[in-house]
Amino acid sequence: MTGPQMLRFALALGLSAAVMPAGAAEDTHHGHHGHEPPATAAPAQQAPVPQIPAPTDAERAAAFPDLDGMEHAHGMDTPDMLYLLLDQFEWVDADHGGALRWEAIGWWGNDERRLWLRTEGERADGETGRAELQLLFGRPLARWWDLLTGLRHDTEPGPSQTWLVLGVQGLAPYWFETEATLFVGESGQSSLRLEVEYELLLTNRLILQPLLEINAYGEDDPARGLGSGLASTEAGLRLRYEIRREIAPYLGVSWEKRHGDSADFARQAGEDVSDTALVAGIRLWY
Amino acid sequence: MGISRRRFVQGLALGGVAAGFGLSRAGWGKGYPDGPQTLRGSEFDLTIGETTVNYTGRPRIATTINGTLPGPTLRWREGDTVTLRVHNRLAQTSSIHWHGILLPANMDGVPGLSFRGIPPGGTYSYQFRLRQSGTYWYHSHSMLQEQTGLYAPLIVEPREPEPFRYDRDYVVMLSDWTDEDPHRVFAKLKKMPEYYNFNQQTLGDLLRDIRGEGFRPALAERLMWGQMRMKPTDIADVSGYTYTYLMNGVTPAGNWTGLFRPGEKIRLRFINGAAMSFFDVRIPGLKMTVVAADGQNVHPVTVDEFRIGVAETYDVIVEPDADAAYTIFAQAQDRSGYARGTLAPRAGMSAAVPAPDPRVLLTMADMGHGGMEHGGMDHAAMGHGAHGGLTHPASETGNPMVDMQTMMPAPKLDDPGIGLRDNGRRVLTYADLKSLFDDPDGRTPGRTVTLHLTGHMERYVWSFDGIKFADAEPLRFSYGERLRVELVNDTMMEHPIHLHGMWSDLEDEHGRFKVRKHTVNMPPGTRRSFRVTADALGRWAFHCHLLYHMEAGMFREVRVDEGGAT
Ligand SMILES: [Cu+2]
Repeated sequence: MTGPQMLRFALALGLSAAVMPAGAAEDTHHGHHGHEPPATAAPAQQAPVPQIPAPTDAERAAAFPDLDGMEHAHGMDTPDMLYLLLDQFEWVDADHGGALRWEAIGWWGNDERRLWLRTEGERADGETGRAELQLLFGRPLARWWDLLTGLRHDTEPGPSQTWLVLGVQGLAPYWFETEATLFVGESGQSSLRLEVEYELLLTNRLILQPLLEINAYGEDDPARGLGSGLASTEAGLRLRYEIRREIAPYLGVSWEKRHGDSADFARQAGEDVSDTALVAGIRLWY
Repeated sequence: MGISRRRFVQGLALGGVAAGFGLSRAGWGKGYPDGPQTLRGSEFDLTIGETTVNYTGRPRIATTINGTLPGPTLRWREGDTVTLRVHNRLAQTSSIHWHGILLPANMDGVPGLSFRGIPPGGTYSYQFRLRQSGTYWYHSHSMLQEQTGLYAPLIVEPREPEPFRYDRDYVVMLSDWTDEDPHRVFAKLKKMPEYYNFNQQTLGDLLRDIRGEGFRPALAERLMWGQMRMKPTDIADVSGYTYTYLMNGVTPAGNWTGLFRPGEKIRLRFINGAAMSFFDVRIPGLKMTVVAADGQNVHPVTVDEFRIGVAETYDVIVEPDADAAYTIFAQAQDRSGYARGTLAPRAGMSAAVPAPDPRVLLTMADMGHGGMEHGGMDHAAMGHGAHGGLTHPASETGNPMVDMQTMMPAPKLDDPGIGLRDNGRRVLTYADLKSLFDDPDGRTPGRTVTLHLTGHMERYVWSFDGIKFADAEPLRFSYGERLRVELVNDTMMEHPIHLHGMWSDLEDEHGRFKVRKHTVNMPPGTRRSFRVTADALGRWAFHCHLLYHMEAGMFREVRVDEGGAT
């Protein structure tokens, strides 16, 4: 990262702290106000009250031995972990030739704070057509949702550009894996991306994964062929077989369509407005 | 199921400790009474070390005591003072906790709470007087060593004659072995909690249900679970996919065998020393008379089957009349595998092994949601006292680490449990357990401490009241007081809750003393209470005995001191 990018990333981290709802961070109050007697009070019992002798000093010492600071070690939280998911790593057999496409996420951290990595892109004819990398800071926002803030850097298409990122991701009702992300670019460009995924178990190892992604932009960006408003829709259907949970080859189809001004830009450039392709790839995670 | 799968569940016939103490596996198979090795007396030297084992065809390093898995059975005598010099030959700190034994806190063996742990190369001398008798066990309380083999049976012979007779006495210790590094198992659960569940509902199940129940009911049920983002197949976090279930350290294929002469009464001391697995135990063809639970004598009750939670113990008596073999069948609660052994008049005999029962599915009622009509409710909004006076702690509300709250929990003491109802067999319930002695502390509890068992399946976080151990203040008990601990299970899983140092005197729904236990099992949707006499000064562990739940935060310190209770 360059100096200004670093600064922006730091700002983004600050932002994420500021927008955290109080409840998420301060739920550590010890609340025992659930006391209530059982339905019927205990009947009076006749057994004698036990004689519990006062402890001796030796017993007190044995009860609270000197642990030499070790007591804190026992209170350690779940250790930081690393997760990497190469969700799509595939060969795309498109109308105008083949391409290699990837989409991956990863995180490092614990339950309360994680550093996230997201990357996706495409290479065809030995050239990178599209590549972006997001570095985000994530915290739990609600039961099923995490809040992510950070930076996105695109090296392609067109001149490279950097965005501020504010995103929500999680599990919507009925098991829809959902990501809604707002990007604000250096030049004032803004963009919204919505991604929804579902996993349909044909068997416990054969899994059909439909996916839908929608991109919208705040203003025209002719240099990159992007028009304001709804710009593109992408749908995919991938059938994978989990040889192990971590290793799953797949086959599928992907369908892309450009809308509005973006479609016009594509037509002007002599490109197709919609594209259907077969894909074959592998899904891996650690 | 292919051959490899079958082999995995069954393990190797000769699996186990490859080198160590010189007793061949064949020797165990001939009915060695207590598993690998028995030590008696009042002075013991135990060495924690590493031993190569092979349960699946792949050699692995186990953590062992005196080179065996399980470790040696210790036979003590009530009233004796025992001394145990425990030597640690591991490269990491280790510990031994004497599960269910009353003792001074610095003998309890919980690093960071009651002692510093046993450093590599070090020795710790445990010494305490035995104030109880019965069937117990001991295990490591350091990191995940318990999963790799550091557990063993513990028997305290009573001073007074027992109220039942038997001719033979066998320990049946059940456990779960994985070839994986337990830290990797934990990491997988954190990243993908359904990793080990290959019993999830599929499209085929939906189509079958549609044919059976009709389109609308089948779909409505799927939508209800989907709305809650829960799965009715969430029975066990870790399954037979990785586990080989062991009986006295022997695989199902190895077939641990206990010998008998027809007509003898055999006492079987069942101990669940698994890290994560509940077992449903039966011996087809034999009735089992339960005479003790967690080491405490109960009014005998005769059953066909019982569920044993992690860390619980049950003593049963069986009387095989025929000159025939009987299978001791202990299927894992999620039906993904089983531990198995044989009672036989002669070595080498075996009986038919039952097929595991069908897959178990949770219902809304199981989780304390009072039936299907509650589907589609906003569970996040069910915060405060809307149902039957149930209040959830404020720390659960808006807490991203709490995925659900029960609405209508009930004691369910007479419920055989998920997957055991109406199976045509007489199944033991907590309602059947009646102590042979009265409440030893006749006082009515002076106060009630309520704790909710909480968690988040998808984040794989477990806690009490939504607060993980790392963020929690100790629970404070005042020395000498009699109090009630009430537990409400707000999760969809079953948790065996264990209090160290003191007894948990289980009550019925009317607050009447039932039975004295050290581990109280809490199925989903239950609210159960027990009384505690805080007669043991010190800092005690209080936790779920599912190893990875404890590791993920379902743990509290209970501090008993002479100050006033708060
Ligand atoms: Cu638990």
